[in-house]
Amino acid sequence: MARAVSRNTKIGWTIAAWAVALLIFFPILYTIITSLKSEQEAIAGFDLIPSFTLESYQTVQSQNNYWRPFTNSVILAVGSTLLALIVAIPAAWAMAFSPTKRTKDILMWMLSTKMMPAVAVLVPIYLIFLRTGLMDTRIGLTVLLMMINLPIVVWMLYTYFREIPGEILEAARMDGATLRDEILYVLTPMAIPGIASTLLLNIILAWNEAFWTIQLTTTNAAPLSAFIASFSSPQGLFWAKLSAASVMAIAPILVLGWFSQKQLVRGLTFGAVK
Amino acid sequence: MATRQTQGLARLMRAPAIILLFIWMIVPLCMTLYYSFLNYNLLNPGMTSWAGWFNYQYFYSDPAFFEAIGNTLILVLGVLFITVVLGIAIAMLIDKPIFGQGIVRILVISPFFVMPPVAALIWKNMIMHPSYGVLADVARFLGVQPVDWFAQYPLFSIILIVAWQWLPFATLILLTSLQSLDTEQMEAAEMDGAPAYSRFLYLVLPHMARAITVVILIQTIFLLGIYAEILVTTNGGPGTASTNLTFLIYRAARLNFDIGGAAAGGIIAVILANIVAVFLMRAVGRNLD
Amino acid sequence: MTITFRALLGATALCATAGLAGAQDSVTLTIATVNNGDMIRMQGLTSEFTAANPGIQVEWVTLEENILRERVTTDIATQGGQYDILTIGTYEVPIWAAQGWLVPLDDLGDDYDTDDLIPAVRDALSMDGKLYAAPFYAESAMVMYRTDLAEAAGVTIPEAPTWTDIMTAAQAMTDKSAEQYGICLRGKPGWGENMAFLTAMANSYGARWFDTDWNPQFDSPEWQATLTDYLTMMNEYGPPGASSNGFNENLSLFQQGKCGIWIDATVAASFVTDPEDSTVADKVGFAQFPNKEGVDNRGNWLWAWSLAIPASSDAQDAAKTFIAWATSRGYTELVAGKEGWRAAPPGTRASLYENADYQAEAPFAAMTLASINAANTQKASVQDIPYTGGQFVAIPEFQGIGTAVGQQFSAALAGQMSAEDALAAAQANTTREMTRAGYIK
Repeated sequence: MARAVSRNTKIGWTIAAWAVALLIFFPILYTIITSLKSEQEAIAGFDLIPSFTLESYQTVQSQNNYWRPFTNSVILAVGSTLLALIVAIPAAWAMAFSPTKRTKDILMWMLSTKMMPAVAVLVPIYLIFLRTGLMDTRIGLTVLLMMINLPIVVWMLYTYFREIPGEILEAARMDGATLRDEILYVLTPMAIPGIASTLLLNIILAWNEAFWTIQLTTTNAAPLSAFIASFSSPQGLFWAKLSAASVMAIAPILVLGWFSQKQLVRGLTFGAVK
Repeated sequence: MATRQTQGLARLMRAPAIILLFIWMIVPLCMTLYYSFLNYNLLNPGMTSWAGWFNYQYFYSDPAFFEAIGNTLILVLGVLFITVVLGIAIAMLIDKPIFGQGIVRILVISPFFVMPPVAALIWKNMIMHPSYGVLADVARFLGVQPVDWFAQYPLFSIILIVAWQWLPFATLILLTSLQSLDTEQMEAAEMDGAPAYSRFLYLVLPHMARAITVVILIQTIFLLGIYAEILVTTNGGPGTASTNLTFLIYRAARLNFDIGGAAAGGIIAVILANIVAVFLMRAVGRNLD
Repeated sequence: MTITFRALLGATALCATAGLAGAQDSVTLTIATVNNGDMIRMQGLTSEFTAANPGIQVEWVTLEENILRERVTTDIATQGGQYDILTIGTYEVPIWAAQGWLVPLDDLGDDYDTDDLIPAVRDALSMDGKLYAAPFYAESAMVMYRTDLAEAAGVTIPEAPTWTDIMTAAQAMTDKSAEQYGICLRGKPGWGENMAFLTAMANSYGARWFDTDWNPQFDSPEWQATLTDYLTMMNEYGPPGASSNGFNENLSLFQQGKCGIWIDATVAASFVTDPEDSTVADKVGFAQFPNKEGVDNRGNWLWAWSLAIPASSDAQDAAKTFIAWATSRGYTELVAGKEGWRAAPPGTRASLYENADYQAEAPFAAMTLASINAANTQKASVQDIPYTGGQFVAIPEFQGIGTAVGQQFSAALAGQMSAEDALAAAQANTTREMTRAGYIK
C-alpha cells in the first residue's frame, strides 16, 4: 500500500475484520472447544471455557481406530491428485500453448461432466466396481476421485499456464533452446506455483469427498468421511464425542490449508485475474 | 509457432485427459440411460422389465417435482447471492491494511476445509439445535423463544450452511482479483474527488466482473449437486420444503431402491443442468474471454 | 491409450497395494453394524471372541443407521459379498429371507438353545419355521413417566393406560415456563422414526395402513383421530422443536428431566434409569403402551436388531460362530460380569427375565417382557389387513412410503400444514407409490 493510513483507521478496520473472521470461524472454534468438554458440560449451555478433558477423543479412538481411515484419506487424496496432475498437465499445457477453436468448448464440456448427480449413477458405478473387483480398494477409489476432480484440475492449470507469456518462449528459442530446455528451464519454474496450488486445492476436494468414499468402501479403503459417518447420531449424549470425531476428521486438512494458505491462494484464480 | 509438429504433439498431450473423461462420462451415462427405461428395483431384482417412458413420466409427475426444481434454483441462487455479496465485502475488508492480516485470512478461509457432512453436523448440533445450539443459547439470553431452524426455515437454514462453506472460496477469488486492481487508477479517482461508492461502482466492480463470473460458474456446478447437507439436517422436509432435485433422486435411489426411477431422474437432472449451463454461458460467459 | 491407462493404474498401484498385501491364513469377518450403545459395547468385547477363536479376525464397519441400511441393502441386493455379518432389523429379515439373500441359522451349535429366545421375537425373525437372523437385542414400546411429577400433579398412570389417561396426565405435568413438558414423542420424519411411533399409535386407535386390497387408509376416521390427538398432545404439552426430535433427542430431554411422559422403545428404559447419564434415574415409572378406549390393541411395536449372514458371504461358518457367541446366554453373562446386569442386551432371551439378579437390577424388566410378549406382528391392526409387521408394514416399498408419509406428518407437527392436508397428501402419495409397485391393480 502506497498510501499512508492513519492509525485510527487501521485500528477500525482491524476490529471489523477480526469480528467478521471470528464470526466465520466460530462454528469450527466452538466444535474444537466442545470436543474438549465432557458430555455433561457439552449440553450445559454456552461456555467457551472447556475443562480440557481428552475423554471424548479417547472414547472415539477406542470405538474406531483413527489411524487407518486417516492413512486412507492421505493416500486417496494425494494419490488421486498426483494422478490427475499427470493426466492434466500435458492437456492443459497443450490447450494453453496450442489452442484450437474448440479449446474453450472442450473445457466447458469437461466441467459439464460434473453435472451428473452422483446418486443417479451410483448403481452403474457400483456394479462396475463390484464386477472388476475394485470395490473397497484404494486403487479403485483413487482412480474415481481423479476422474471427479480432473475437470477442475485441467481448468485451473489451463488458466494458470495461459498467463505465461509466449514471448518468453520465443526469446528462449532465439537463444537456441531446444523444446526440452524450453520446458525444463523456462516453463517449469514459471508453472510451479500454479501446479502447487492446483495440487493443494485438489487434495482438499478429494479429502472432503463424502459420497463415493462412503458408498464404495467397507474397511480396507474407507477414509475419514466414512469414519465420521459412524458418529453422526449415536444413542444418548453425543455432542462432545461428535465434536471430537469432527475435529479428528477435519484437523489434518485444516492444518495443511493454514500452512499452505499463501501458496493455495496464489493459483486459485481460475483465470479471474487478467 | 503453430507448426504441424507442435499441433500433433498438442493433440497427443490433450488426448489422455479427453479420452479418460469421455469414458468417465459416457459409460455411466449410457448405463443410466438404459436403466431409465427399465422397471428395475434393487429389492426386487427378479421383476426387472422394460418400462418405456414410464420412469420419466413417473418422476416428472411426482407431486414434489416442481417444488424440487424451485428449491434447487432457490438454493443455488441464494447461496450465490450470499457468497458473492459477502465475498466482495469481506474481500475488501481483509484487503485493507490491518493488524494480524495473515491470521484473519486463515480464519476466513477455514470453512472451505471442512467436509460437507461434518459442516452440516456441526451446524445442526452445535449451532442451530433448538435446545443445545449456540443460537438457542443466544435466544434464551435475549429472553426470546429459541428458533427451531430446520422446522421453521428449512431451506434458509440449508442455504446458510452451504453459503458458509462456499464463502471462503468466493472471498479468495474475489480477493486475488481485488489485489490486481490498478492502485494508481484508484488513487487518481480519489484525487479527482470521486466518492467511495462511485469508485466501487465504476472501478472496483467492473474489474471484479471476471472473478464474479468464475465464482458463479464453479459454484453453480457444485451447488446443483448439493445433497449431503440436506440429508444430514432436514432429510428434505418438513414435507418436501427442502427437497431439491438431487435429493429427490436420492430418495428414489437410496430409500425406494428404485434404480429405474432414479436413473430417469438423473437424466432429467442432467438435461436441466445443461440448460442452466447454456443459460449461464450466455449470461456471463463473455466475461471469460 | 490402453498402455497409458495401464501405466497410470500401475503408478497408483504402487502407493495403493500396501494395504492389500499381507493376506493371512485365518478368516476375516467383516461385520456391518449400527452405532448404538449395545453394538459399540459388543465391538469393545471383540477381543474376548478372538481370544476364544484364534482362527477368526474381526473387522467392524460401524455406521449411522440410515447409511448402514443403504450400504447393506445395496450390497446384499447386488450379491456384493462385502460383509459377512449384517446388523438388520425385524423389517428386513422376512423380506430378505424371502428373496433367498440370507443364510438360515438353524445350526448355531448345541448349546445355543434356540428355544430360549422369546417367541414373539423368534417368530419375527423366522420364515417357515427357520431362523434367518439371531436377535442381539429386542424392544417393544412402552410408557416411561416421571413418578415424582405425576405425584406432584396429583395424577396416576395405571399399568395399562388409555390415551385419555396419558393426555390427562400430560396436561397436568406440563409447566412450559419451567421447561417442563408433559409429553415427548417422536416427530423427526422417517419410517423408523416418527412413523414407527405413529403406526403403533394408529394401531392402538384401531387404524390400519391398507385395506385387504392394499388401498391406503389415511382417509379413515381412525387415522384422523390418531393424527389429531398426536398433534394436540405435541402442540399443547410437547417440547419446542418436536418435529426434529427422534429417539436420541427425546432420550436426552427425558434424561435431563424435561419430559413428564415419554412413549418409546423399551430399550430406553435402561438409559433413563442409568444414574450416570440420567438426572431422573430413580424417578421413572413404567406402563404399557396406551390404547384407545374400546380398541383392544396396544400398538404391537416389535423391533429386534439382529445379526444375519448374507448368502454372498464366503466365511459363513466363521460368521455362524460369531453370531452364536454374540447372541448367546454366555455373552449376556459376559456383559453382566463386566458392566452389571442392567447393561445386558434386553428382550431376546426368556432366561434373562427369569434371572433374579437381572430382575433386581432392572426395574423395567417385567414391563419390557410384558410389552414384547403382547406384540402381535402377524396382525397389527384390529381390522383385516393384508400385511405383517407391527410399527411398520413388511413390504420392500415401506421405507420410501413410510418416510414420505413421515415427512407430511412432520410438516403438520411443524405447523406448516394442517392435519387434513397432511393426511390427504399421505393418501395421495401412498396410492401413487402402491399403484406403481403393482399392489393396487
